[in-house]
Amino acid sequence: MKKLWIFVLIGVSSTLSALAQSEIYTSGKTSVSFFSAAPLEDIEALNQKAVSLINLKNREIVVRIPIREFQFSNKLMQQHFNENYMESEKHPYATFKGIINEPFVFTKPGIYNLTATGIFNLHGVNQKRTLSGKLSVGDQGILLETDFTVLLADHKIKIPKLVFNKIAEQIAVSTRFNYSLRQK
Amino acid sequence: MIRLIIFLLLSSPTFVVAQDDLMALATDSNETQLANATFKATRIINGHSVETVGKYNMDFIISHRFDRLNRGFDDFFGLDAATNRLALEYGLTNDVMVGIGRSSFEKNYDFFGKFRLLRQSTGRNAIPISLTAFTGYSLRTFKSDPRRTGRERSSYTGQLLIARKFGEALSLQISPTYIYRERPDVFTDLKSVFATGLGGRLKITKRTSVNGEYNYVFPNQIDDRYKNNLSFSYDIETGGHVFQLLFTNSFGMVERQFITETDGSWSDGDIHFGFNISRTFSFAKRSKPQ
Repeated sequence: MKKLWIFVLIGVSSTLSALAQSEIYTSGKTSVSFFSAAPLEDIEALNQKAVSLINLKNREIVVRIPIREFQFSNKLMQQHFNENYMESEKHPYATFKGIINEPFVFTKPGIYNLTATGIFNLHGVNQKRTLSGKLSVGDQGILLETDFTVLLADHKIKIPKLVFNKIAEQIAVSTRFNYSLRQK
Repeated sequence: MIRLIIFLLLSSPTFVVAQDDLMALATDSNETQLANATFKATRIINGHSVETVGKYNMDFIISHRFDRLNRGFDDFFGLDAATNRLALEYGLTNDVMVGIGRSSFEKNYDFFGKFRLLRQSTGRNAIPISLTAFTGYSLRTFKSDPRRTGRERSSYTGQLLIARKFGEALSLQISPTYIYRERPDVFTDLKSVFATGLGGRLKITKRTSVNGEYNYVFPNQIDDRYKNNLSFSYDIETGGHVFQLLFTNSFGMVERQFITETDGSWSDGDIHFGFNISRTFSFAKRSKPQ
């Protein structure tokens, strides 16, 4: 019977430790934007519906961006982006799933220059990428800023021949994610 | 008891595994997704679509209708003569827009407003259809003999535009319509006319589509010489413009003209070639990340 209680204790404590997991951080405020200079009208859009999570235990990071939530000031351009470039009905999300290479602490204020290596999926095409970003831990919380470029050809995004305003072959993307402890 | 222990031991690690799949945690499987681009432009062809121009966006629309194809070679199949309509449409919000148009046909001015009430979506807030209300006023200004008062030259239109996008390629719309003409040209015509528009869009490639539109006027309201409006178009979108190349049996481009006063007949070859070109400008401030 004593043995039995030990088993129960192990079972309960392991469940508790799972419940009390405090290693997962989730994004609150997010912004993903891109910019491409074009002769007639600059092409830029902002998305505030992205979701990102970081697991401190294994330094894993994931990002999920709903393509249709990119807001352009010109709504026809937005449609054009969704229908002709991203085919967002077929590929509604862009994702990144990777591991942060350098150590960092969320509890100690400071600025960390980090890189993450993983799979970036856009337009249904996977690319292994190492992205670098700046993590600031301070009074305002935890902020991760990343800038990277996307080569349209890498992701089989074709530029239509007959277009009014051509987008560049390379798109500069900036992301800002604020993280806080995930509440269950 | 043993079972309970086994259960606890087995369940806790699987719970941890589930927690570790970060992508699953980032995924909201019941997310509300709006249907994009049920139609490409604010018109199916002649009639309005459920779409509105975006907030602080302005559409400039140039439309031409040439004369009838059955004019023959002497008039180069109608291309010698044309009527046009110039229009500006502006989005006050993403759901409310206003517009003004001027047609050379009957020197007609038209003013309208469009209000999106529902937008088709899936997920948590699923809505099966898109619904937009349309209201318009039109005024003829050409010199008539005898002269008519402004009121007599006026007409009013109300429409409910109900559309659904079936998958990526096909969109259909039904548009119950009410038109009130203060003074119909044929005095036996009813002032109040009920009709319904039926329209559709079939996407062919990423940037082109074929559209069809039919406006059915319920019987015993207008003279037999008037025909129902039927149009087909081929749409090309370039990111800044939408081009619609079209064939229709109607010369006019305002609801009163093409729904209640179409006198051309497809079977007699009274078909007009025409086009709509819409160019979108944005006056929205740059969207900046904060």
